[in-house]
Amino acid sequence: MKKHDQTTTANLLEIQDLSVHFNTQRGVVKAVRDLSLTIKKEETLALVGESGCGKSVTAHSINGLIPVPPGIIEKGKIIFEGENLLQKTEKEMQHIRGVRISMIFQEPMTSLNPVFTIGRQIADVFLTHHDIPREEAFSRAVNLLDMVKIPSPETRAKSYPHQLSGGMRQRAMIAMALASPEPGLMIADEPTTALDVTIQAQILRLMVSLKKRVGMSLLLITHDMGVVAETADRVIVMYAGRKVEEADVYSLFDKPAHPYTLGLLNSLPSNRKYAGASRLEAIPGTVPDLLTINDGCPFANRCPRAGDICRSVFPGETPLTEHHSVWCHNHVR
Amino acid sequence: MLSYILKRIGLLIPTLLGVITLVFFMISLSPGDPARVMLGERASAEQLEKLREDLGLDRPLHQQYFSYLSRIVRLDFGKSITTGRPVIEEIGQLFPATMELAFFAMLLASGLGIIIGVVSATKRNTPLDYASMIGALFGVSMPVFWLGLVLIMIFSVGLDLLPTGGRMNIRLYMETFTNFYIIDALIALFRKGDITYLGSALKHLILPAAALGTIPLAIIARTTRSSMLEVLKQDYIKTARAAGIPEGKIIFRYALKNALLPIITVIGIQFGLLLSGAILTETIFAWPGIGKWIYHSISARDYPAVQGGIIIISTVFVVINLLVDILYSVVNPRVRLS
Amino acid sequence: MNDTLIVKDPTPFQEILHELSKNKAAVAGLIIIALFLLIGILAPLIAPKDPFAQEISLRKLPPFSPGYILGSDDLGRDMLSRLMYGARISMIIGVISVGIAMGSGLLIGVTAGYIGGWYDRIVMRLIDIMLAFPYILLTIVIVAVLGPSLFNAMVAIGVSQIPRYARLVRASVLAEKEADYVTAERSLGASPLSLMFLSILPNCLAPVSVQATLGVGEAILSSAALSFLGLGAQPPTPEWGLMIASSREFITNAWWIVTFPGLATLLAVLGFNLFGDGLRDVLDPKLRE
Ligand SMILES: Nc1ncnc2c1ncn2[C@@H]1O[C@H](COP(=O)(O)OP(=O)(O)OP(=O)(O)O)[C@@H](O)[C@H]1O
Ligand SMILES: [Mg+2]
Repeated sequence: MKKHDQTTTANLLEIQDLSVHFNTQRGVVKAVRDLSLTIKKEETLALVGESGCGKSVTAHSINGLIPVPPGIIEKGKIIFEGENLLQKTEKEMQHIRGVRISMIFQEPMTSLNPVFTIGRQIADVFLTHHDIPREEAFSRAVNLLDMVKIPSPETRAKSYPHQLSGGMRQRAMIAMALASPEPGLMIADEPTTALDVTIQAQILRLMVSLKKRVGMSLLLITHDMGVVAETADRVIVMYAGRKVEEADVYSLFDKPAHPYTLGLLNSLPSNRKYAGASRLEAIPGTVPDLLTINDGCPFANRCPRAGDICRSVFPGETPLTEHHSVWCHNHVR
Repeated sequence: MLSYILKRIGLLIPTLLGVITLVFFMISLSPGDPARVMLGERASAEQLEKLREDLGLDRPLHQQYFSYLSRIVRLDFGKSITTGRPVIEEIGQLFPATMELAFFAMLLASGLGIIIGVVSATKRNTPLDYASMIGALFGVSMPVFWLGLVLIMIFSVGLDLLPTGGRMNIRLYMETFTNFYIIDALIALFRKGDITYLGSALKHLILPAAALGTIPLAIIARTTRSSMLEVLKQDYIKTARAAGIPEGKIIFRYALKNALLPIITVIGIQFGLLLSGAILTETIFAWPGIGKWIYHSISARDYPAVQGGIIIISTVFVVINLLVDILYSVVNPRVRLS
Repeated sequence: MNDTLIVKDPTPFQEILHELSKNKAAVAGLIIIALFLLIGILAPLIAPKDPFAQEISLRKLPPFSPGYILGSDDLGRDMLSRLMYGARISMIIGVISVGIAMGSGLLIGVTAGYIGGWYDRIVMRLIDIMLAFPYILLTIVIVAVLGPSLFNAMVAIGVSQIPRYARLVRASVLAEKEADYVTAERSLGASPLSLMFLSILPNCLAPVSVQATLGVGEAILSSAALSFLGLGAQPPTPEWGLMIASSREFITNAWWIVTFPGLATLLAVLGFNLFGDGLRDVLDPKLRE
């Protein structure tokens, strides 16, 4: 298997063989193992997988927000615009976070500071990265609130988070992410999970249109396959800290190759077409404990196709097409 | 917001009435004849009779109670038995001294306590954190009056740096307007350009304020630390970090403002407690405030003075707690705007 | 079924003990407490001298004088022996005060929470009024009424500490009252008394035990303060606060008479505070991983 050590110019971000562990009282949690991924300029990459599979840890590794301790980056490289972010100092990272990489979090309820108005919080991001007067920063914040389609942005800018609905707060979070001077990558960590279904669609459409308008890339973290289908260009499926399948969005929905992906798609309420595994409605069994996990395929204990080798050796990459690879000994053909 | 404040003030009245009632009955029902206790064993029957009449002790208890209540509503606490002056006048004169001491003790305690707490929280589990928290634990475990004596022993007797007691060098005569000596000394400084008063007043303030402030200092440091740790775990701190806000600003603005909410409550409670803690500190440092006065009144069995002093201190305590609750809701937009 | 495979879960109590033994603060606190308890109990056996025996020719001996390791006081009494008897007094003060406070507080809290209604309102109103007095002032008022003595000081401290137990227990009872197990037992015909004291109360004991441990330390401090003001122990009792009080005039020439009783108080209270903090960390599930 060939490893790419050089970033092609088309790749904005390239993660190589990233492993992240947490030292907890109960032992070492291997949250992310040997993960590689690339994001091209202006592309939307979706990172999917069920709760606890390491999506947020991956995202936090990118902009250096893993708390150390208890976390440690065991190995790997995170190359952003040709530079390894893992070798940067905290000070250097402050010129990347909020400047080139911005982030939207899952919980709009708790992700905004309750004691400051949202206008003030967005203005603070401007003030951090630009040498402009306070009033100017505030009026730019109002512009951004307008851009994310918050009605009467001047008055809303003076509201505290608790005075806004969940959808409004998430819009405010997006506005804050857009306050970065030269946005290159936006990481959205389950931006719609906490919202009503109708609001979800609005927020997603807003993000996609803003992404196009600003010309940035999007790393979209979700466990909702519906969201993936609507927004992503390419998809990476994770399971218990490992990448198990990677494909462009059409191939993935058309010909899912990993038994886990199949199960995920089958659990979509509107989907019953993957008849090859109709028994797997909700995938039976539980995710293995990341504390005691071995070197085999982590899905083996739930997998209807698992053989002996699956329990002891994690498979290498099996390329199916140019844009589609799977990590499975007995993948679906 | 306004209705909340009014409701809180409304709740204050029954509490204060309860305090007054409790103090009245505790003192009235205490064993022994107050007149006898006040006048001593050698008092004649006529003297006793006269005092009982003066104090209204010859009337039935419920009558005494209602007349007591009606006098207190008019701020009439009776006359001190030891000095013969109205109790309220004595309190009025001594109150500034106690407030001044409590204020500076609290200033020291909150300033230092918040800094220590914040540093401990951000340097969690480092030797610095352990040292501060062990220090704080010693602070809450110490007898305040003993600390006062040790401070006198070291800084007054041993090093001869600071005075052992009093509010000002007795050889200095300062014109007093407010009885807050720091303010009066500042007035003297501006009017006469003489800084000796201010210097003397500050020198006399340092040791008692340090002794009185130690326990609140320790408690505030511990509260600040745990409150900061709680806040630093929150999502919005992650948001601020992801937006590239510098760490210093995150800690001192974003986190501290949130962490301040429980700290304000603690500061308020501690300030109220300081007023009574002053009984010990003032006694040791010969600080002419309410605390020392209550102590002497108790020793002298000066009941009107004791009753008045206790009611006033409790009232101030309750009012401070109320102010803190109001301040809390002003700082917290979730309460203020609801 | 294979019986040998069944492993018994450790009981919660054993689990707590295990967690406590890993908590450094708790262990340190426990060692200090044990030390003072031991000294207190064994004082008559291990004290080198009679704590009351005055030796006029051997007054104010500095520490490390022959026969007087910690020196002697202004009346020529052995400091070490007096401190050891002081430990005994302080431990008794702690236990009796907290006993009074906890006993009455539990009773008030459980009944108020369980019975509710006007009884609850009146009782909690009284508790609120008690809380309107700053703590140390309340103890002073009570002693002033009862008359100065060590026993009255203990009563005063105990009474002043009642509100915290009453509130703590009442809150837990209100939370537990509607729990399934209580409803189940009630429907099985359990009497209110057995529900209150045998079913509900044991479930509120975790926060109470933390409060009690910290309360002992506070009681020792308060009694020292009362004695210092002349409202607690009376001479020649070797109570630490009183020893500090009667040493005031010697701060210029005999530092040890002031210093050692204070250090003893500090250390004993520190022990209870350390243990109480450790206990809280262990019992508070929020802080546990
Ligand atoms: N600070 C930490 N300390 C210990 N373990 C951690 C920490 N942060 C994450 N983990 C562990 O890493 C694993 C992956 O967590 P992560 O938050 O990345 O999951 P996720 O895929 O984002 O899940 P979700 O969909 O619930 O957000 C989890 O098992 C979690 O317990
Ligand atoms: Mg997550």
